[in-house]
Amino acid sequence: MELLISQIVSGLATGGVYACMALAIVMIYQAIDHLNFAQGEMAMFSTFIAWQLIQWGLPYWVAFAMSAAVSFAGGIVIERVLFKPLHNASILSNLVGFIALFSILNSSAGYIWDYTIKTFPTPFGHKPLFGGLVDTHAVGMISVTVVLLGLLYSFFRFTRLGLAMRAAAANPESSRLVGIRVGWMTALGWAMASAIGAVAGMMIAPVVFLEPNMMLGVLLYGFAGAVLGGLSSPAGAVIGGFMVGVMENLAGTFIPYVGRELKLTLALIMIVAVLMVRPSGIFGRRVVSRV
Amino acid sequence: MMLEVRGLDAYYGQNRALYEVGFVLDEGHIRTLLGANGAGKTTVLRSLCGMVRTAGEIRFDGKLITSWATEDIVRLGVAHVPEGRGTFVRLTVEENLQLGAMTRRGRAAIADDIERIYVQFPRLKERRTQQAGTLSGGEQQMLAVGRALMLRPRLLLLDEPSFGLAPLIVEELFAILRRVNQETKVAMLIVEQNAALALDLAEHAYLLETGRIVMDGPAAELAADEGVRRSYLGY
Repeated sequence: MELLISQIVSGLATGGVYACMALAIVMIYQAIDHLNFAQGEMAMFSTFIAWQLIQWGLPYWVAFAMSAAVSFAGGIVIERVLFKPLHNASILSNLVGFIALFSILNSSAGYIWDYTIKTFPTPFGHKPLFGGLVDTHAVGMISVTVVLLGLLYSFFRFTRLGLAMRAAAANPESSRLVGIRVGWMTALGWAMASAIGAVAGMMIAPVVFLEPNMMLGVLLYGFAGAVLGGLSSPAGAVIGGFMVGVMENLAGTFIPYVGRELKLTLALIMIVAVLMVRPSGIFGRRVVSRV
Repeated sequence: MMLEVRGLDAYYGQNRALYEVGFVLDEGHIRTLLGANGAGKTTVLRSLCGMVRTAGEIRFDGKLITSWATEDIVRLGVAHVPEGRGTFVRLTVEENLQLGAMTRRGRAAIADDIERIYVQFPRLKERRTQQAGTLSGGEQQMLAVGRALMLRPRLLLLDEPSFGLAPLIVEELFAILRRVNQETKVAMLIVEQNAALALDLAEHAYLLETGRIVMDGPAAELAADEGVRRSYLGY
């Protein structure tokens, strides 16, 4: 029983990170109809920036905020420079764009910071809580991701800018007719996705350690969460991310033969299974409309 | 003159859709564009909003806006109720109305205007929290007009507002349009297949045939002209 609870809590902790990655993927997918395969590398690069700032002697939370801010700006730059020109291009051209972005970020990080594994600090420490059931970093991770997701929800639900972004993603032509600058809403979506990825990277880095390929597995779990919840539903993607985190941990612990080695395979099986059985995901909406 | 169009051509890719179209519209007036399917009525409205490639002159308050972006033309006070109504189907009725005022400042004034729209269209108030996609065709048309009015427009472009609606609802809608025009002095340019209805509301009409304006005159005269009626208006 104690093992079960502790596995669920640590599953929720990593699940929060998957939820953030899933949300970042869905936000960009809603805006431009493409999956951002470089989302993980963007998050990795952001985490390296935070690490560098900490190395230069800045306090953790200052580095955290600065990395998120730089990532926000970087997201706009990536959209304006690379993906805005590809706006009307084919899926394949966009895919090549994503692969280019992926390898540019991956190699640059390797070139600047090399490929040796680095430890990344956690501001929450690793003290045991509730008689060793969970550790403080896990609780910290859950708190940070939940606060972040709550802020995002309020932004999209209650602000005019959030409403404009939802409208622009759902119906670009009508949005222009009410005066929304759709291109900038897309850029803002990239900026926010990039900053969300930065937070996710900084939260997971103390667990998976910092190196240029650290986000590969995390991104796959993020994709699994997004597909499971439904690519058309941001809230579904978040729930899907948490579910994947918990399932990953439970399967690794309780299903014989899965262990640590086959956990990633499990994520891929989940993606394939969901796509076969229910392609719109658990929470993916079918559009209700009458004419 | 608020709106002046001269020598307007429009293209969809290589296909030319409009040939030297010209017309004017002044503050507070209602004019209509009539013509058969494919005559280019919708294209004229889309040209005014910068949604198709055009050549020629479109002037708003004397300013040349021919190559302006849609978003900037909206900021001049041009609201467009597009073909197919342009409803944000997954958003609520109230969110749709709020979107209409996206370019305006002042929370309180916007909230007041939403209440005013609800007075004009009581059905929308009943359904304010409902997904707009679940509304009936008539309700969605009311919502589209309401959304356009949220801009406090100086010029309202209406593309087939009667399309697909029951006769009673059409009558109600046109009565509202007439009242809004009288109360707010908003100018309207209406594209309609239902010529009788449009000629009744408008003061002046233009007849469009395969991308050219072939005739224009006071609405009452065109409505009374037997030949025009038989060859162009089909009733």
